[in-house]
Amino acid sequence: MLELDLLGSTLEHALRNGGDLAEVFVEDRRSSSARFDDGRVEELVSGRERGAGIRVVRGDTTGFAHTADLSVGGLQDAAHAAAAAARGGGGGTRVAALKSQPVPRPHEISVAPETVEKRRKVELLARADDAARAEGAAITSVTAGYADAHRRIQVANSDGLLAEDDQVRTRFSVQCVATGDTGMQTGYEAPGRSIGFELFDEVDPAEVARAAARRALTLLDAIPAPSGRLPVVLRRGAGGVLFHEACGHGLEADHILKDASVFTGQVGEQVAAPLVTLVDDGTYAREWGTLAIDDEGRPAQRNVLIQDGVLTDYMWDLLRARKEGRSSTANGRRQTYRHLPMVRMTNTFLLKGESDPDDIIRSVERGIYCVQLGGGQVNPATGDFVFGVTEAYMIEGGEITSPIRAAQLIGNGPDVLRMVDIVGNDFETWTGMCGKNGQSVPVSSGQPTLLVREMTVGGTAA
Amino acid sequence: MSDSDLLELTRGVAGAARPGEEVEAYALRTRETDIEIFGGEVESLTTAGIEGIGIRVIVDHCQGYASAGSLDPGVVEETLQEARDNAAFGAPDEWYGLATPNDVDGAIPAPLDLWRDDVVVTPADEKVRLALDVERATKARDTRVRGVEAAGYGDAASETALANSHGVESCNRRTTCSLYSVALADDGTGTQTGYGLSAGRAIADLNQDEVVGDAVDRACRLLGATPISGRRIAVVLDPLVTRSVLGVLSSAFNGESVLKGRSLFAGREGEKVAAPVVDIVDDPTDARAFGAARYDSEGIPTRRNPLIVDGVLHGFLHNVYTGRRAGVRTTGSAVRGGYGSAPGVGVRALVLRPGDRAPETVLASVPEAFYVQSVSGLHSGTNPISGDFSIGAEGLMVRTGVFAEPVREVTIASTLQRMLLDIAEVASDLTYLPGAATGATVLISEMTLSGA
Repeated sequence: MLELDLLGSTLEHALRNGGDLAEVFVEDRRSSSARFDDGRVEELVSGRERGAGIRVVRGDTTGFAHTADLSVGGLQDAAHAAAAAARGGGGGTRVAALKSQPVPRPHEISVAPETVEKRRKVELLARADDAARAEGAAITSVTAGYADAHRRIQVANSDGLLAEDDQVRTRFSVQCVATGDTGMQTGYEAPGRSIGFELFDEVDPAEVARAAARRALTLLDAIPAPSGRLPVVLRRGAGGVLFHEACGHGLEADHILKDASVFTGQVGEQVAAPLVTLVDDGTYAREWGTLAIDDEGRPAQRNVLIQDGVLTDYMWDLLRARKEGRSSTANGRRQTYRHLPMVRMTNTFLLKGESDPDDIIRSVERGIYCVQLGGGQVNPATGDFVFGVTEAYMIEGGEITSPIRAAQLIGNGPDVLRMVDIVGNDFETWTGMCGKNGQSVPVSSGQPTLLVREMTVGGTAA
Repeated sequence: MSDSDLLELTRGVAGAARPGEEVEAYALRTRETDIEIFGGEVESLTTAGIEGIGIRVIVDHCQGYASAGSLDPGVVEETLQEARDNAAFGAPDEWYGLATPNDVDGAIPAPLDLWRDDVVVTPADEKVRLALDVERATKARDTRVRGVEAAGYGDAASETALANSHGVESCNRRTTCSLYSVALADDGTGTQTGYGLSAGRAIADLNQDEVVGDAVDRACRLLGATPISGRRIAVVLDPLVTRSVLGVLSSAFNGESVLKGRSLFAGREGEKVAAPVVDIVDDPTDARAFGAARYDSEGIPTRRNPLIVDGVLHGFLHNVYTGRRAGVRTTGSAVRGGYGSAPGVGVRALVLRPGDRAPETVLASVPEAFYVQSVSGLHSGTNPISGDFSIGAEGLMVRTGVFAEPVREVTIASTLQRMLLDIAEVASDLTYLPGAATGATVLISEMTLSGA
């Protein structure tokens, strides 16, 4: 990471044409991944990205430049490029003395990935392949992936902020294809945490593989998904992404300040059923979206977004918060030093309630039970959102019956939030990547088993 | 560093191959401008240069790969060592190997000129003006436009070079630029959004009026949209939607998916897989396509590859590896997602052969249809291996060729296999769009719509 003097002089250069705020973000990221396909390790891939992004803010305008050249000259050139983009007076901002703040770590990393022999990473993959194929001869293709990333970041800004973080993530994924009379079906499973190789003390690659294989095999017997409005039970962990889409994005302050969210101006109002309490928690130990600081140097925090159905606050990054004269909620994130930060979620959870999950299923005469979702998408301005189900079953007479083929569910965020009728007393999380304006960041979501009174299921059966 | 210096650098890496080792280096340099406008002001202006290198080493039939976001000689040397080290941990595969002059087989790359200096030399101020203008014009176009969610300009000028230890070398360079706007319309019935985009190789290709017209018309014509009841119905895909659907289908043509049992077309060559009107080609030699390129990502000249001819599956796409393993030649279809990964197989310029009739005529050919203006959840609701297809949609009902009530919050579902057979007509409005596929208005005789 950069020396204090160099950070200070780079900030001075960035403010040479004036501006209200300058920031240097330094990143050094090492990653490794390996893929197992067709019965063998295809290859081990290593990546190294190191550079700095410099932004200058003047009024509502941000000038941004980045460089992989961290020499005095390279940083100076980037600072000048960012300054040129935000030129036009408004000078007088001085760079305050940089002062490092101690930041609590959400958890410790016990085995940094770069200290692990490559051979051990590769060995995990073969175990997954064996386990998946042992589930049945109908498993015709197994792809397993190992990926780790070690990201060191440093943030300094002209307000005197100086903060650093050391972020480690490890993920293991398996995709299986099962082939039967009805064609091919797939099963996918991909647990990940913001920890090192100790992930494999708790995640057994063979178990991940068996889960993916069973999912694909189950779907071979699946009937076409129904078409129309039905009650939807989301198994614990499976449905967090629904809330990520249904209201999470709509509660990001950038959409709010652009008046491009259905939740604009609704703080203090009842926006969801009273059973709904939603938090975005960047401090949750070891979770996939967990951080010590966000990419603007703010220590991570737990933010309550909806309390007992009432909208309490939005999620904020530094720029949007400054504009409103408040503090950031540590939701300023960026994919790499080459990207500008914006408001992003971390770990978004719907908190558990009191009902027995089995009773929730039993309460449904005819509906669907979602066990795994495959991601989704929302238009925050209209609130309309979708998510795909990759493992789901019919519920008939309060019992789980036939598996159904993959289908999309569609709903409107504010409508669905009001239709959360029962919330279970269990809880699980889900690991994913969230895309917004071309940037992808690791997030997790989580929820207890719950019932949504009615959603549109986009199947092909009557 | 000039273009030839990039090639010089990759040659240097390839030349460092030790006896028994195959080495390939791929270097990239991109200059980008990105301007976002909000509320009549420049919200952000990003000027950036990106450089990177990816190195592949094959030794004893084992492959390793490493990359770095820098062309600094010290970093490049470390990256080569890392790729060598990684090769020791891969499993052997007799078909691994880099492109040889024999794979090139004397093929001459298409004479494509995909570079326009104006993208590089135009000052940022002028680009800012274009972006400000498009936002202002979007707001002014219609009184029902209450805001502009996002508007802006972006461009990229990229150069790549590749060299390997068999002496295969190539360079590609291209420019692209685009202007876009997202209108927010409201007439008291709730907000609707509409997207407009114009893209080209040169700034002179950009058409502000088209961007504004599309953004505003698309938002305004959805005003008052509601879900409709479920039904089986003829569906008309807008060119932008067709492009996205072709993108989902594209992996089924991938030779790697076929070899590994993950293509719904595997083993079906020569069979009828689509309606007779369906003709699909991947043609990166067509300069109009945004994915056009002279060489593929392994240094092989690209070519026109027919995939479905008159509804019959013609063949698959291959890179050097999948071609050797399948016992055929590479089709010049190696692609990479940047310098960070080894080349795979993929499409660059998928085109559905346009029909003879204008979109209006096609719309009028059925008594009732659902016109799909935009879709959501394309990746969560479609599966190119099983063929399951279910996506969120908004658009308009069409009766006897006339747009009627707007519709939102519905899904349309079928399977990719069924949809190909149900394509009734492709309109004449071939539309070149950024990405690896081209759009056209398409009529599908029946899909399941789920809604209210």
